[in-house]
Amino acid sequence: MLNRYPLWKYLLILIVLLIGLIYALPNLFPEDPAVQISSARSDVSLDERQLERLRSALDEAGIEVQRIEQEASSTLIRLQDAEQQLAARDIVNQALGENYTVALNLAESTPGWLESLGASPMNLGLDLRGGVHFALEVDMEAALTQRLEVNASAIRESLRDERIRYRDTTVDGRTLTITLANEEDRSQARAVISREFPNFQYENRDGGRGAVLAMTLTEQQVNEIQDYAINQNLTTLRNRVNELGVAEPLVQRQGPNRIVVELPGVQDTAAAKRVVGATANLEFRLAARPDTPANETETIAFRNSDNRTAEVMRDVIITGDSVSSASRSFDENGRPQVNINLDGTGGTLMNRATRSNIGRGMAVIYIDNQTRTRMVMQDGEMVEQRVPYTERGIISLATIQSALGNSFRITGLDSPTEAEELALLLRSGSLAAPIYFVAERTIGPSLGKANIEQGILSVEIGMLLIVLFMLVRYKAFGIVANLALATNLILLLAALSMLGATLTLPGIAGIVLTLGMAVDANVLIFERIREEIRAKMPIQQAIHAGYERAFTSIIDGNLTTLLVAVILFSIGTGPVKGFAVTLSLGILTSMFTAIMVSRAIVNLSVGGKPVKKLWI
Amino acid sequence: MRQFDFMGKRRLAFIGSGVLLLISLITLFLQQLNLGLDFTGGTLVEVRYATAPALDVVRQTLESAGFQDVSVQTFGSANEVLVRLQQAFDPGVGEQVTQILRQTGESVDLVRAEFVGAQVGDQLRDQSGLGMLVALGVVMLYVAFRFQYKFAFGALLALVHDVIIVLGVFSLFQLDFDLTVLAAILAVIGYSLNDTIIVYDRIRENIRKSRTDDMAAIFNDAINQTLARTLATSGTTLLVLLALLLLGGDMIHNFALALIIGVGIGTFSSVYVASALLIVLKLQREDLIPAKKENVEEEELP
Repeated sequence: MLNRYPLWKYLLILIVLLIGLIYALPNLFPEDPAVQISSARSDVSLDERQLERLRSALDEAGIEVQRIEQEASSTLIRLQDAEQQLAARDIVNQALGENYTVALNLAESTPGWLESLGASPMNLGLDLRGGVHFALEVDMEAALTQRLEVNASAIRESLRDERIRYRDTTVDGRTLTITLANEEDRSQARAVISREFPNFQYENRDGGRGAVLAMTLTEQQVNEIQDYAINQNLTTLRNRVNELGVAEPLVQRQGPNRIVVELPGVQDTAAAKRVVGATANLEFRLAARPDTPANETETIAFRNSDNRTAEVMRDVIITGDSVSSASRSFDENGRPQVNINLDGTGGTLMNRATRSNIGRGMAVIYIDNQTRTRMVMQDGEMVEQRVPYTERGIISLATIQSALGNSFRITGLDSPTEAEELALLLRSGSLAAPIYFVAERTIGPSLGKANIEQGILSVEIGMLLIVLFMLVRYKAFGIVANLALATNLILLLAALSMLGATLTLPGIAGIVLTLGMAVDANVLIFERIREEIRAKMPIQQAIHAGYERAFTSIIDGNLTTLLVAVILFSIGTGPVKGFAVTLSLGILTSMFTAIMVSRAIVNLSVGGKPVKKLWI
Repeated sequence: MRQFDFMGKRRLAFIGSGVLLLISLITLFLQQLNLGLDFTGGTLVEVRYATAPALDVVRQTLESAGFQDVSVQTFGSANEVLVRLQQAFDPGVGEQVTQILRQTGESVDLVRAEFVGAQVGDQLRDQSGLGMLVALGVVMLYVAFRFQYKFAFGALLALVHDVIIVLGVFSLFQLDFDLTVLAAILAVIGYSLNDTIIVYDRIRENIRKSRTDDMAAIFNDAINQTLARTLATSGTTLLVLLALLLLGGDMIHNFALALIIGVGIGTFSSVYVASALLIVLKLQREDLIPAKKENVEEEELP
């Protein structure tokens, strides 16, 4: 029989629709801007009288309160308008005084049963709602020192290769000094080193007990290293906060040595800090041999047990910025391991260092840069001062089994959890230079209220125009197309919500545009049906032929576009990636709804029935 | 139904396309694109008010003082305001902004003024360029596989044609090219490709069905048959875009504009660049006939 679907197809559509509805639904319950009050002493909550006072104070200031909720140790004031959140906080702060902590919050309003299914609404972007703003400072001096340390390792190696004896190398600021036994060795060493590192300023100095060669970075080199460090860190942070490209953060350089990260949809800075991730750095070094001279080794404690230490070489093989990825997996015997991939230069260096050291240990050292906030008296005022400090610890000491290259693995881990943790540390340590958090603030929406309202209005009118157009042009079939379109919107929203996408104003415009283009498939089918009817084909056959013949066009057209999207996703970064995600999701959902859903509706309503005339 | 002789006017269309392409390339070469804050970076000014200001007023004050593309946000508290400006940083700009804001009679202090870098780095630019080239290459392969290599050339040229002309318009009028416009360009690629493939599909079907060797006539038929669909689809898309352009405000104005141009050019190019090029490339029946056995859906019909 023509134009009948088997039952399973209807069921499939229903199930997909149901899942789509569940995951799209939370978007109808957007988070409320709120002010959260918690008392400094945990057991005291606000009484009725205080609440009444707050309410009238907010009322007086013209701030609309949605609801006030009392919880065990805190009170949540849900507001109507995100723009009044900051003003509300200030008023509450004034009214309550010192004993209470008042913080901004975005209060969930998704019903519990939806939340238990893992459904949550999309975040609103920086332009619509704002978020948190971090300033991170890149430690430029450390970037220089690090580079010099790496150079020192290389120099020590080539001196050993050339059999030139040296006593010590030290890095001090921008200068690397090498102490050699006598002047003859020094001139030999200078010849060797300056061939390899031509860009340094060389200087012979007289040391106490030998000849000293000092090499200093030129101003130009300093600038290059610092630019590299900040750009590399920008890239790493961008990738970290926007893995799929749909999170819509803002990551940009500010001033000579700062990086600004703004994350949408969060106001809890602690949560956002977790996303920005550890500000850590890694070093891969060989373990010391018993006969290694003491001036080449260093004792470093393990990260998770302070009283266990290991002797490691001072030479750094590679640093964390060479690690391009790290992930946990299992070996043939089901034991946990961590797979590491290095970039090109990192792989070469690793290979050079390991091929002659099989059987020796290799340590991965984790260097975490943090700041402590301290209150300091300054000009008679208490001022917050941030003191940076560094924690170093070995996170892995493994035996080198074979010469390592671009990708290798660390085995012998105790548990999958340990492997997961190590992989996470390896990934998060891929910064080119240490960074410190120096400021954190909540930030308001970058678009004005009027602008947002205008944008939303235009999107709604756009939607309405599509619906009207389809109704006017295809009459009854226009209803079918519009139903398919509604399903499409639901599925698209569900998919984006599941991915944790962020909605910005251009993003919303893009979704509506996707819908405008998505009617194409239905237009193709309907035009084809009309054509077949004009060619005097019986109605049921015309419907069948319309769907069948338009199918190849739809598949060809959409597949080529999908190809473009997939490639843009795999190669592009940031917003281009995000665009590709939305585009491909839009193509998939629109193909499903325009072909399957609209067909199901047509089959159910007119399929197989003796229809005389089609309202198309 | 009325038939239009599309192919008969192809010379005129080629000349039109050529002129537009030439103008676009010249202006792109001479004055490039007017890249926005997202690409160039700009200046960030942080100010502190004695009492919380109305952000819309701050925005208007700065815009009427001649600053373009101003973003104004509260920063930490309602009294502190972060202003982002699209202009190169110079040491005096912070003081200048503060002076302008003081004109409304409020007490304003400058906290800091600094340059901010681009929101998208070189990495994005290089990789997007590479991605675009790879994408075009794969699309060509796909079209050559599903149709024939002459179709692949046509589709590719139509795409390049559309993108260059949209970029050309943005360069010629020095319109602000930001990330939303980049997204629009990507959408134009998707749209134009889809449009071209739909017309190609009909051309292929008609070549297989008909017995004539008059390619121009076959193309005319195919284009006329898909005309209703083309107009309906670009119609709905343009309706949405017009709503966004006229009512959407600054943020999506250029996004909508780029797409309107792109959709218009894309529709034109699927007829006159993609299809008419097949005539120039001397497409023949034989090019598609060996693929006859692929044409299963025809036989399945009752």
